Amino acid sequence: MKVAVLIKQTPDTAELPKVSPEEVRSGDVKATMVINPWDEYAAEEAIQLGDRFGASSVAISLGKEGETDALKHALAMGVNSALLVDVEAAREGDVWAVATALAAAVQHEGDVDVVLTGKMSVDGNSGAVYTGVACKLGWNLLVNVTKIVDIADGVVTAERSFEGGQETVTMPLPVVISVAKEINDPRYPSFMGIRKASRAKIPVLTAQELGLESIPRAVRWENLRKPEARHTEVQIIEGETVEEQAAKLVDALLAEKVI
Amino acid sequence: MSVLVWIEQIDGQAVHSSWEVLGKGRELADSLGSPLVALVVGHGVEAVAEEARGYGPDTVLLADDPALERFRLQPYAAALQEAIRRADASVILASATTNGRTLTGLVACQNQAGLAPDAVDLRIEEGKLVAVRSVYSGNILSDIYFDTDQQFASVRPRSFPAPEAGEAQGAIQPLPVPVDEGQVPEKILEVKPADTSEISLTDARIIVSGGRGVAKDPELGFKLVSELADVLGAAVGASRAAVDAGYIPYKHQVGQTGKTVKPDLYIAAGISGAIQHLAGMGQSKVIVAINKDPDAPIFERANYGIVGDLFQVLPALTKEFKKRLGKEEKE
Repeated sequence: MKVAVLIKQTPDTAELPKVSPEEVRSGDVKATMVINPWDEYAAEEAIQLGDRFGASSVAISLGKEGETDALKHALAMGVNSALLVDVEAAREGDVWAVATALAAAVQHEGDVDVVLTGKMSVDGNSGAVYTGVACKLGWNLLVNVTKIVDIADGVVTAERSFEGGQETVTMPLPVVISVAKEINDPRYPSFMGIRKASRAKIPVLTAQELGLESIPRAVRWENLRKPEARHTEVQIIEGETVEEQAAKLVDALLAEKVI
Repeated sequence: MSVLVWIEQIDGQAVHSSWEVLGKGRELADSLGSPLVALVVGHGVEAVAEEARGYGPDTVLLADDPALERFRLQPYAAALQEAIRRADASVILASATTNGRTLTGLVACQNQAGLAPDAVDLRIEEGKLVAVRSVYSGNILSDIYFDTDQQFASVRPRSFPAPEAGEAQGAIQPLPVPVDEGQVPEKILEVKPADTSEISLTDARIIVSGGRGVAKDPELGFKLVSELADVLGAAVGASRAAVDAGYIPYKHQVGQTGKTVKPDLYIAAGISGAIQHLAGMGQSKVIVAINKDPDAPIFERANYGIVGDLFQVLPALTKEFKKRLGKEEKE
């Protein structure tokens, strides 16, 4: 069995507020880039599927040459191999273009039974890429999986969670699975793992090799901007006693008509 | 041409945020001069279709089949495709719940049409949908313009006001969907329904959240948070620190790696206000911070603050609200 885990390199969440519309527009974001936090759960699950079912794992990321820190993090955690997909046409924020490139890479890799991804990226926030990958591959899709119960006889049994609760379902392979935070506790890379990953030479798959020099686009992003800064003048409620403070706060909130 | 809105139902109950989308759909349909069509998919869910008539659609399509009883992506996508054909829909909307996001995503991809996931605003320009998305975890806004004839969006809950139910209108029309259970790849083995007494964070008008400040007695701390939430009919939230420390389950987490919420009132008790938490609740209308540390960053985002110990402030607030809201216990 072979598992592909889709990894995105995203800004460190502490630096997201500093990202400017111009950086997003140009694609040249200056922030410290790390593995998308949601994708750590997918990488961990790929490694655990290796332990449980003897599956081999490959981490795949879309990015420019040299954008390999997130892939190296996955390798350091224990994912078997990594692949960088350098497709310029997939860089303009169109989720279907991204999905097209990633699906092509999965196909190029060959023999993949399970694709794992995090539930969304902390920058694009679309939570739609895995749906697109399943659609482009023509594979089944399981979303927000909290537990992979078993994989046997070409069928995965999994628990997934949604607003209405939790369901245990079966789905034939091959399948794309987006994982939820509850699925596992991602390990920290070991010292040895980091050393090994830092020396790894990560192969690059180009648009030419995938036949994706151009990809039709369905949407355009326009008028990128910062949200309006909210009024931040805090009114500190003082009082002789905590009861007095509480009463004053309740007065204020009733006047705001938010109760 | 029409505007089509998928009305999600779970166990025969309409998902509340679907009505927000249907209400906005009416406005969009009017500015396009085209009909508004609601789609209800399930089994034995005529009551949901009937309820939908009260929110202004011109037609309600009802796809009823035993194989459609619970949400499964493949047959539900077939139903949505059928509805799009039947209604000749150009704008296709759903609430951005887990299922709403996935369904609009798959069908948009199948039709090679543009998608705006988790949109926070919608408008019409030159006969086409324009969606506003909040990206970089609430730090950047972008308008999404569509290059395709079909325009799909899922809409973040509480982006639009819930419409008032009015006089029922529009006819319910059955929508036959050919589903062959043998062809459905997904089989549901077991269902554990969510606790329906709990108010959902993403739909909540008021949220009371607890953080690391409960550390000296986490159990009591979250009991006090819950008591205030009960009086206010609010949902209970938490910071990542409180969840990671095991004080409360993950489903309550608000923030970057938890839920994004937009209540009218957000009360943060013992939450310092890390950037990752602010990313999840910064769009709340009114924010109240209760914290012992006057320098906590949460005060920079709050409208009202009390510098004090949540173990004293929360019970005092609960008591005061009970008094004012006429919920004081009779002794």
